[in-house]
This record gives sequence, C-alpha cells and structure tokens, in this order.
Amino acid sequence: MTSAIGAGVPAPGRPADLFWAFSWLSLQGFGGVLAVVQRELVERRRWLTNAQFVEDWAVAQVLPGPNVCNLALMFGDRHFGWRGAAAALGGLLAFPLLLLLLLGTLYAQHADHPAMAGALRGMGAVAAGLIAGTGLKLLAGLRSHALGLPLAAGASAAAFAGAVVLRWPLAAIVLVLGGSTCLLTAMYLRRRPPP
Amino acid sequence: MSAGDWLQLLAFHLSVSLLAVGGAVTLAPDLHRFLVDGRGWLSETQFGTSLTLAQVAPGPNVLFIALAGWNVGVNAGAGQPDAIRLALAAFGMATSVFGVLAPSSLLALVATRWSHRHRERLAIRAFRQGMAPIVVGLLLSTAWLLAQAASAGAAGWRPWALTAVCTLLVWRTRLHLVWMLAMGAALGAAGWV
Repeated sequence: MTSAIGAGVPAPGRPADLFWAFSWLSLQGFGGVLAVVQRELVERRRWLTNAQFVEDWAVAQVLPGPNVCNLALMFGDRHFGWRGAAAALGGLLAFPLLLLLLLGTLYAQHADHPAMAGALRGMGAVAAGLIAGTGLKLLAGLRSHALGLPLAAGASAAAFAGAVVLRWPLAAIVLVLGGSTCLLTAMYLRRRPPP
Repeated sequence: MSAGDWLQLLAFHLSVSLLAVGGAVTLAPDLHRFLVDGRGWLSETQFGTSLTLAQVAPGPNVLFIALAGWNVGVNAGAGQPDAIRLALAAFGMATSVFGVLAPSSLLALVATRWSHRHRERLAIRAFRQGMAPIVVGLLLSTAWLLAQAASAGAAGWRPWALTAVCTLLVWRTRLHLVWMLAMGAALGAAGWV
C-alpha cells in the first residue's frame, strides 16, 4: 500500500499485532509515551526507521489532537486502513484507562503518604532523562536530512532555545521556525532531486 | 444530570477537540472553566487529581479527560445505588473520550491519507522533513522542563544527576525503560532525590 513498507522490512502482520504492540508500549509510558514509542517501533520491532519516525512524529505533532493518538492512528491506517487505526488507538487507550481508573480509586485512600510524593518526583526526573535520551537519538537520525546534519541540528537548537530560553509560545515556534525550515528544506530538495 | 446536560458535555468535548494543538494538556484550562467553574459538575479537587494522576500513570496524557468524565458521572449518580453510579461513570467517561477524540482523529486520518497520496510533491516532502528538526528541538525542551519540575523543591543536584544518568542510559544502552522508572521510584521513595 505504501513505499514506507519495502520488501523484507519487518511490518505488523495483522491489526491484533498493532493492538498488542501499542498496549505494551502505552503501559510503559510514564510521563509521556514518546520515548517508549521510539524504543518499541524503531528499535525493538523495526517497523520504522528513525528518520521515518521523526517525520511521522512531526506530522502528528502539528495536527490537532493528542500527539501519540495521532501517531497511532497514522501508523495503523498506513498498514490496515481504518481497522489498523482503530486497533492501534484502542491498544494505546484501553489498558492504561483501566489502570488509571484503578489508580484513581486507590489514590483517594493513600493520598498523603510522603514516600508516594518522593517516588513520583524520582519518576519525574527519570521521565525527563528518557525524553532527553530519545531526543539525542533522533537528533543523530537527522544525518539523512536534506539540509545536512549541521543545519538541521542548528534548527533543533533554535527551537530548543525558543522554547526554553525565550519562552516563545508553541504556535510561534511551529509557524516561524518550522515555516522557515520547511522553506529552506524545499529549496534544498529542489536543487537535489530524490535518488 | 438531564439528557440535555449530557448532550452539552458531548458538545463541549467535540468543540475543543480541534483546539488541542501541542498535546491534550493544553485543553486543561478550558476544561476547568467548563466543568468546574461553569457547570459545577466536578469539584476543584477532583479536577486536580484527575490531571495529576493521568500525568503520573502510564499512557497518553489525554486520559485525564477520561478520568474527569468518569468523575462527572460519579457525581451525577450521587445517592443512587452502586450499579447505577458505575454505569453513569462509564457513560461520562465514554462521552468525554469520544467527544475529545472523534474530530481530531477524523482530521488526522483524512490529512495523513491526503498527504500520503501526494507524498511525492515537493511541498509535502519539504513539510515532513522541514518540521522534523523543530520537533526534535521541542522534544529536548520538554525534557528540560520536566527535569526542572522534578528538581523544584528538592535538594540541589540529585534530580539533575538522575536525569543525566537516564539520558545517557537511553541514548547509549538498550536497558529497558521500566528498570529506569523503577530505579527513579525507589530512589525517590527512599528520599535520595
């Protein structure tokens, strides 16, 4: 159905594979599912390369709606149409939802335990590291970018500085920085047609 | 809650779905204005707890809307037998989740199918590739903000050290993420970070 799935490249065999894959990764996604999505889809199952993953992620991020849900829908739809999209989204939501309802019920009884607050803080620090490490891996994946690694990494650094140092709103970063990077990429792509 | 109230709950979630650019958490202020301040269907504490628990629990953050909807149903069934409260809670959750996901999911499917059909066009290729570095930069800034939040109120360098060690482990090794989270939870519970 698509050029993204070449011969001999691993791919999910049926929608149920998607459901279980997304269930499994979603249940590991504390403090954000993205780090786990990259680990599962790219590194463990090899259903995507790093470069494909970043491109899909970019589209999922720009579209309205929860980013990981969009990514699951896109990925599922590409493989099995709407059945795949439903399987991936269902996997992403079903078990974590049950777990969350259970937690919500339990939490009401143990809300003011000091070890609980400490554990949450520790997991927050780890979640930051998971996302940072994934970001560094994806940064290395920009090697195959049309702009070349130095320029592409420079654009990443600018987005980081815009968000953290200058505290620009997301819309400004996406429109101004994203817009100019897209224009620059278009110029590079036009000069050097695809192989 | 009357049938009209349930319809309003659904209509509200449908109407904010397409506003969730940059993640579901950006909807929290709007949801608060409607559910807590506007209708009083949810208490301040219930709203705050729903948001915090969903952030901490595994799974996409959009699930905080599911938990909020569940609590709306629980409140609607106050004084009723348990079975009816449970059914109302499940109904509130399903209404909220469906409302907030249906429009954005349809748009995502239509947009990706369209862009896939036209994937050879220069504009599409430039968009997909051009946004990639920006998304990576934003990801790193999310990590930065999370690390800052984790170290707020804690003693000095330790949370940062934990974050740095995990960054290296994720980047350079294939250690399973669950072990790192367990380590963080244990260190935090023991009071080290």
